[in-house]
Amino acid sequence: MLKTFLVGILLGAAAAAGALYAIPAVDQYREVSIISVSPNGGNTESFHINMPMDRIMTGAPGGTARLPVGMKWPDDPVLANVRSEIFKIRNARDAVIGVAVRTVAREESVDVIDWVIHLPARGSLFINMDPVPQDGGQRIGRVQRGAREFEPLTGLVEERWVSDTSGEEDAPAGRIELVARLVGSLLPEHERAEEATE
Amino acid sequence: MKYVLALLLGLATGGVLFGIGLAYTPFFGNEQLSPLAVSDSQTLMLGYPAVTTESIVFTNDGESRVHPHPEKVLQLWEAPIRQSSVMAVVLWDSRNETAGLGIKFASTSQSTRLLDGRAIVDSVWYLYLPGRGSLFVEQTENYWDFLRDIVFPAYRSSADTWRGQWLGNMTDGPGALGTAKVTGGSGDFLGQSMLGVESMSVRAWRVDRGVLAGEGQLVIELPTHPSNDPASGDEEL
Repeated sequence: MLKTFLVGILLGAAAAAGALYAIPAVDQYREVSIISVSPNGGNTESFHINMPMDRIMTGAPGGTARLPVGMKWPDDPVLANVRSEIFKIRNARDAVIGVAVRTVAREESVDVIDWVIHLPARGSLFINMDPVPQDGGQRIGRVQRGAREFEPLTGLVEERWVSDTSGEEDAPAGRIELVARLVGSLLPEHERAEEATE
Repeated sequence: MKYVLALLLGLATGGVLFGIGLAYTPFFGNEQLSPLAVSDSQTLMLGYPAVTTESIVFTNDGESRVHPHPEKVLQLWEAPIRQSSVMAVVLWDSRNETAGLGIKFASTSQSTRLLDGRAIVDSVWYLYLPGRGSLFVEQTENYWDFLRDIVFPAYRSSADTWRGQWLGNMTDGPGALGTAKVTGGSGDFLGQSMLGVESMSVRAWRVDRGVLAGEGQLVIELPTHPSNDPASGDEEL
């Protein structure tokens, strides 16, 4: 009987090791990516944020409305010109696929507008927007950095506000649309950094 | 029948022994010395509160051990973001003065391999430092040491609490030396590529609330410019 017990110990340890090896400890749910191929060979992916229901945080100085209720936004003068918003972000099928932050700051009369989009199963994008909007009201930003799945990609992201015209009672007031046009980069990382600096 | 019972008891014992051996094996874990500790370059040090109630906003799926803050913040309950958290904090500099704003997105990673001592979290930071510019930090963090040294002992404690002094590097990559990749987005940092390391200092942790007392720190190695004095040491903000 002692031998059986000892064999059981070995089998139990082997089974535990096998289970840890075979069964993934983390299984991130991933929505199917909706990507279309652009005529120039890059790819295009569209994201949007339904307002106001996808807004997690609105932080701004002064008397601006703050979200969520009960949040204490720092009243430090250092952050007097910084406004930051955090959102859930959706794909073209209106499914939530990630989270994003948009920060606007004024630096010596120049606005800095940055986005970070984080898609847990895929990676992240860091985008620096042109503070001056285009004629149609949209803004264009450059991808400064991609992480994980987006690491080898560079490109542009267009941001625009689309008001809701459906007239439905529970419809959002509008949405922020982000259209990413990305291409693979053949340049080594250090050369990409130099190019971005230029 | 008694042989079947002996086998079942042996299987259970083997599984438990394997788990204990895995949790306390000395061969796993992060390097305790930061790769940037021996850097000749200037470094930027930013602190932040590791206690969620001291953050501006913290949210997750709402069912995790650490509760969202403030209470009415929107929770990340949808399947693709359920294993993620978002935290917004005020960053302070080495003089303990406000340096800027930090927002961290963290998600459990499919590259987690418990057999290799890798409890991985993929995370990114967005940092905005007024007067300096913005930074993007991408990293993989390994929470194995944190689990082994703090979480497991807290669960074993009758008070469900761990107290002590724990300091550890969380960053495990993607840099070859276990460093985070840092990219400048605007201002002084525009177009710069840098390295970074995130560490945590914890003094108390409770099973139902997470960190009760502790701080986090981001150390970023600034690029070397010819005009900088290499002997000037840590940068004063």
